[in-house]
Amino acid sequence: MSFYFAIVGTKDNPIYEAEFGTSKQGGDGVARFREEQRSMNQFIVHSSLDIVEEVQWATPTMLYMKCVDKFNNLQVSCFLTAGNIKFLLLHDQKADDAIRQFFTDVYDLYTKTLMNPFYEVDMRITSGVFDGKVKQAAKKYL
Amino acid sequence: MQRGDSLNSPFVPFSPNPSIQQGTPTSTPPLKHTLSSSTSSNLRYSSSRKSIYDRHLNRSQRSELSKASFAFLFGEMVQYAQKRVNGIADLEKKLNLHGYSIGQRLLELLLWREGRSAKRETRILGILQFITTTVYRSIFNKPADGLEKSRDNEDEYMLIDNDPMVNSYISVPKEMSQLNCAAFVAGIIEAVLDGCLFPGRVTAHSVPTEQLPAKTVFLIKFDDSVIERESVLVVTRAL
Repeated sequence: MSFYFAIVGTKDNPIYEAEFGTSKQGGDGVARFREEQRSMNQFIVHSSLDIVEEVQWATPTMLYMKCVDKFNNLQVSCFLTAGNIKFLLLHDQKADDAIRQFFTDVYDLYTKTLMNPFYEVDMRITSGVFDGKVKQAAKKYL
Repeated sequence: MQRGDSLNSPFVPFSPNPSIQQGTPTSTPPLKHTLSSSTSSNLRYSSSRKSIYDRHLNRSQRSELSKASFAFLFGEMVQYAQKRVNGIADLEKKLNLHGYSIGQRLLELLLWREGRSAKRETRILGILQFITTTVYRSIFNKPADGLEKSRDNEDEYMLIDNDPMVNSYISVPKEMSQLNCAAFVAGIIEAVLDGCLFPGRVTAHSVPTEQLPAKTVFLIKFDDSVIERESVLVVTRAL
């Protein structure tokens, strides 16, 4: 079970990307996408942005929006922050609760990144510490 | 020290220059406290090896700031802006910009602190109520004094503050009587609105009355797209 995670900014620009596999049940935490599949991941996630924008104006207005899009056997789940930053996760199996906890953790990390006065909204996140903590959260929940 | 080494270490400093977006450290060293000698490298590590990711976001929730220190900082901010502009409109714009970056961070922080029950606002009235109560209470420890809708224009709303705290130690000379330094707070409000996808302009106007000589009105003017969307949402909600 592999995951592709992306954080997209307010101008539809990617701010952060990561790939990981599941660490549960003997998985080793490494993503196993086929080579062609990997380049498709970005397109799938990008196209689901349209759907996210549509759904975000519907009620209820929770931050976590569950599964917004399906493509072949892959599903895209979305979490929308207050400042309209989208966390998108591409996955092939349902895991609503675990994904929600993962998103909440990453939301925490993103808010801490934003508290840095030198970090503007829509800037790329290049911190190795952030990367490490995201992978840690992925290992914990996914 | 090789640049390659620094890329692998977990303490890559944030690049303050937004045009450099690849993750390579720039030559401008970050202003971090350091014990190690920095003659050979431009990277400085915090001696306790802690990063901002280790601090808890609720740490500052109950802490208070003395009015004097804020007044000092704000006074210096106004002076700094004044030296670099020519004109009152420019000065207000600069103060607005200062408040803008604060507003962006405040929005995310406040919604994060609401926890699991956090909800995004999609209606104009909802977001204005959020600003009047939550945002105002977190900065000034009291909600704003009033929220009104303009009778003449569909897209204008007014937020009233009887005594903006930021203006309490700023004295405006007579020739600049149009200036209202609450443009700083207007910037905060504008950022919160922009973040929630309600683009518009927020300006501060002083409307002194007999009992309230420092009364300020924040005029919030939304873009047309917001009004259109609002009317569509009302229709779909009613169905």
